[in-house]
Amino acid sequence: MNEQHELEHHVVSPKTYIIIFLALLTGTALTVLASYIDLGEWHIAPGITLFWNPVVNLAIATGKMLLVVLFFMHVKYSTKLTKLTVVSGLFMFLVLVGMTLSDYFTRAWGRW
Amino acid sequence: MTDSAAVANSAMAETGNSHHGEHPPYQRHHFETVDQQFDATNFAMWLFLLTEVMFFGGLFTAYLIMRNWYYQAFVAGSHQLSIVWGTANTAVLIASSFTMAMSVWSAEMRRKKSLLVYLCLTLVFGLVFLGIKGIEWHEKWEKHHVPGVHFSVESFVNPQSDPAVYNEYHDAPLAPDMAQKTEEYFFLYFAMTGMHALHMVIGIGILVFMIFRARSGAFTNGHVTFVENFGLYWHFVDIIWIYLFALLYLISRH
Repeated sequence: MNEQHELEHHVVSPKTYIIIFLALLTGTALTVLASYIDLGEWHIAPGITLFWNPVVNLAIATGKMLLVVLFFMHVKYSTKLTKLTVVSGLFMFLVLVGMTLSDYFTRAWGRW
Repeated sequence: MTDSAAVANSAMAETGNSHHGEHPPYQRHHFETVDQQFDATNFAMWLFLLTEVMFFGGLFTAYLIMRNWYYQAFVAGSHQLSIVWGTANTAVLIASSFTMAMSVWSAEMRRKKSLLVYLCLTLVFGLVFLGIKGIEWHEKWEKHHVPGVHFSVESFVNPQSDPAVYNEYHDAPLAPDMAQKTEEYFFLYFAMTGMHALHMVIGIGILVFMIFRARSGAFTNGHVTFVENFGLYWHFVDIIWIYLFALLYLISRH
């Protein structure tokens, strides 16, 4: 059954593309709207504060990214190899960025 | 199966046993089937895109570190960007991604005319994006916000000198040493949007090539790999912009 699936070239319909297009435009409108509202902050612990604006901002951007990757870039309909490639690539990217940032943010270097 | 149709690719799927059997002219001889060729090229394209992710990832990481260090300078710097132009450009680029997706569909459906229309629309949206980017860059040039050339911190040590931005944000003046760091912001702004625009220019070049080839029916003969993989590239450039818009324009609105 899986073999059968991989032998077919999946054609995504214009209807799907239009829905994703509208969703992306909605996401853009939402993120611009959210940037004009002060969403406040969360004092997790003394000295550690989470501001909601950048969090919401990046969350919407990531949602848009996922829509583009899954539908426009056909990953939802792709082979397991492609899915694994994309997921492992994103994971590796997050590991590299995360470890670099955690190093920079926990040391006092570079401050003027 | 509700929102899309699965089309069996070709009769070649059953005849993988013979090297000299009937196969479409676009199938290379080192592939057993057209599907194998498609999957291999698709996989390679994704590997290339992952190297691009790492490349832009370095720029994004540099931006996040610098923003964390010189927070006030980065906030003041991003207040210089126009959210209106940025939003317009995001919409334009999303529209071009949509028309690119429709180009892929047209190629798959072997509709030459609609393929040409959608490729041309994608090209036009790409050019509009670069045009708006050019307007924004030109404004930075006029305000002496291009790093290195004749950079001026006037807008940041004396915000009232820049009434259009001051009336919207009421930024407090920055200390001279922090105001200097706005040059870092604009360096990263130009590096990131410039690198993104370079990808757009390369994409537009390939689009022109594709439009010429499509006129002679190149991608509507069942061989959609080139259009499909170019689509991946174009959507990737769109994704980079989605994050650039979020990080450079919107993040410091509040």
